[in-house]
Amino acid sequence: MASLWEWANPHKFMTWTAKALPIISIAAAVVTVIGLIWGFFFTPDDYRQGATIKIFYIHVPTAMIAINAWLMMLIASLIWLIRRHHVSVLAAKAAAPVGLIMTLIALATGAIWGKPMWGTYWEWDPRLTSFLILFLFYLGYLALWEAIEDPDTAADLTSVLCLVGSVFALLSRYAVNFWNQGLHQGASLSLDKQENVADVFWYPALVALFGFVLMFVALVLLRTRTEIRKRRVHAIELRERVQG
Amino acid sequence: MIRLLQRDLILALRAGGGFGLGLGFFLILVTLVPFGIGPNSERLAAIAPGILWLGALLACLLSLDRIFALDYEDGSLDLLATAPVPLEGVVAMKALAHWITTGLPLVIAAPILGVLLHLETAAYLWLIVTLLIGTPALSFIGAFGAAITVGLKRGGLLMSLLVLPLYIPTLIFGAEVVRRGALGFEVATPLMMQAAITAGAIALLPFAAAAAIRIALR
Repeated sequence: MASLWEWANPHKFMTWTAKALPIISIAAAVVTVIGLIWGFFFTPDDYRQGATIKIFYIHVPTAMIAINAWLMMLIASLIWLIRRHHVSVLAAKAAAPVGLIMTLIALATGAIWGKPMWGTYWEWDPRLTSFLILFLFYLGYLALWEAIEDPDTAADLTSVLCLVGSVFALLSRYAVNFWNQGLHQGASLSLDKQENVADVFWYPALVALFGFVLMFVALVLLRTRTEIRKRRVHAIELRERVQG
Repeated sequence: MIRLLQRDLILALRAGGGFGLGLGFFLILVTLVPFGIGPNSERLAAIAPGILWLGALLACLLSLDRIFALDYEDGSLDLLATAPVPLEGVVAMKALAHWITTGLPLVIAAPILGVLLHLETAAYLWLIVTLLIGTPALSFIGAFGAAITVGLKRGGLLMSLLVLPLYIPTLIFGAEVVRRGALGFEVATPLMMQAAITAGAIALLPFAAAAAIRIALR
């Protein structure tokens, strides 16, 4: 019986991603470009924020991916700890730098937007602070990967760190809420609320978000493939050393 | 388990350096703060809760590598891992020993150092209470950090990078209680939150730390 887990077999993974990756990459590029061009050039300026609303099309998708990349790493780490699928932990490793950069972009675009709107680049607001904390968690996770030589030990320890880190990241998120009241507006894109942003901004933002998600998937697949190839090279080198 | 606790305490006491070092660091940090900030007593009083908590946290952090590193080097950690006691219990006892040798002295010393920083009179009680409740969390979280970096050659700096973000919730609630206490506000909510974090850390992190040690010893 074909099971879902078969897709995680490294060989199968390499075969299907080799076919899927170009399609996803092109789709990501096209959708992102459409979303951003639509957002940048074909939407009116906001009556209060003026042209600074444009940065919203980058800020919101990157911020959402920054959070969800960690969620994906958490799930991938769990799969590795429970079912020992190597591809899974490599995907978690591959997602971390992408998430790190997305966090950085979200922080940077937020700072650029914050200067004209709030009159400050940085404020110790709960959302901003918890993003900075998320950034620190990504840094720690990546540093731990770098520090351990044995790949399986590294995979195990980073997975454990990811689990514990997730709990503490959530705790920090709510602790920070408690610590300071914020400037940041509530969620601008949510499905269950009546008060969303106006449709003119909402549709291009959705397209841009979809494009960024595709981009994230493409980058993670690409990086996972690189990691698998690295493992293979490593294995070949070891074999040669044993023979020679 | 009790023997293990005794052994760790005796080692910490007799091996020298370990016991007073954290306290000394705490004292120096608090002494340095007025040099950086200026001797204005109102300003010092305003930042005293945060500085005292930060100092306690950093003093705790610096002594974390003692928890497992020495035992890992001389091989006794392997013996403990194969001994007929649960490794989770070993980790918990070692974290407890770390708390008794580092956290408890800090709790006792903090009010004295509070005098140096002109801490508000109303805040002393809350400073002692939060440190008493919060420092066990620092030891248990730290034990997890120490466990995850135990096999690494240069684990010290990496451990700070891993452990400090985990300290954020404890620090937030701890400093918040003292700050509110100094102003005479109600402190029950942050105090209970902090107690919850400590209880959770004591209950769960020994399992994560033991898992990390098993991986490192494999």
